[in-house]
Amino acid sequence: MLNVVWVLMLLSSVIYSFFCGSVKAVTDAMLQSCSDAISFTLKTGAVMIMWSGLMNIAEKSALTERIAAFLSPVISTIFQKVKRGSSEAKLICANMSANMLGLSNAATPLGIAAMKKLSEQSRGRRATNDMCMLAVVNCSSVQLIPSTLIAMRTAYGSSAPGDITVPIWITSALTLAFAVVITKIAERRSSND
Amino acid sequence: MTDIGSYAVPVMVIFIIAYASFKKTDCFSAFTDGIKTGVKSVYSIFPALFALFISIGAFRASGLVDVISDFFSPVTSLIGFPSHLVPFAILRPVSGSGSLAFASDVFSSLGPDSFEGRVVSVMMGSTETTFYTAAVYFGAAGTKNIRHTLKCALIADAFSMAVSLIVCTLYY
Repeated sequence: MLNVVWVLMLLSSVIYSFFCGSVKAVTDAMLQSCSDAISFTLKTGAVMIMWSGLMNIAEKSALTERIAAFLSPVISTIFQKVKRGSSEAKLICANMSANMLGLSNAATPLGIAAMKKLSEQSRGRRATNDMCMLAVVNCSSVQLIPSTLIAMRTAYGSSAPGDITVPIWITSALTLAFAVVITKIAERRSSND
Repeated sequence: MTDIGSYAVPVMVIFIIAYASFKKTDCFSAFTDGIKTGVKSVYSIFPALFALFISIGAFRASGLVDVISDFFSPVTSLIGFPSHLVPFAILRPVSGSGSLAFASDVFSSLGPDSFEGRVVSVMMGSTETTFYTAAVYFGAAGTKNIRHTLKCALIADAFSMAVSLIVCTLYY
């Protein structure tokens, strides 16, 4: 997928530039982008590394489990066949709380473990309603601190890098609610598990 | 109201460290362990980021971004969507590092505090790399038929982008 996007963008840009006289601009931009990529990684990557350290403290102190406990009543409402206190429910809660803290390194293995557990109830290779829900929820998770973006905005000289936090909370909470509702509607409309 | 965002980070830092100390966690070694994973993840996204910076740099300099923006302008101007962000919106569900590179492109050309810069931040922060996420999760479970997942997730992405725009207009 990415291969197609990358090749298409490069080829079309260079070919287009031949016809529109932007050859020099494109060449300069390609060479400039190399050092841009390095400085981006140094500036933004450095702050991402700091957050990774901080969030590991949150994980080691079992703060993520605390948040997971708050989420557990919601889980059994959203997921049809997940019982409260079951091992699937615990994995899903842990996955969601890791996502909220931006711990994607921890969230993905937890989510995969939950998905495997849920797939035990599936027939053949067809996703169950709960499996679809888990994937959708993971595609629209709420992040408490948008650390990568704050780092990027700092690197580009924003006067208030953190002032996007509240709009992101509002938007992602609304999106999550909307995503859950439309997935529930899709569940009703499609044939059963 | 705008100030809450500036306090979110320091409050979070204090809260995490205070909670961890209260729980008698070895903060220093937990922090350094986290740095180790952080370095690894930055290292692992660097090659894709580098590659995409080049293609996106070329894409913008060639003027093709403007062609695409103009193409969609009847629709985007109707709903008030910043035409600069069309390529970003298309790429967002497909590639995480690609959309990151696009966002940084918006920051460097229009500034992070411009309206577009803020909208792109909110869009980036409230959506995910949908195709990648679905592929990783269902790939691991060996699921072939993922039913309504992509449809729902993509509709939610579109919804999220619309909300980002509205929230940014109202908030700032």
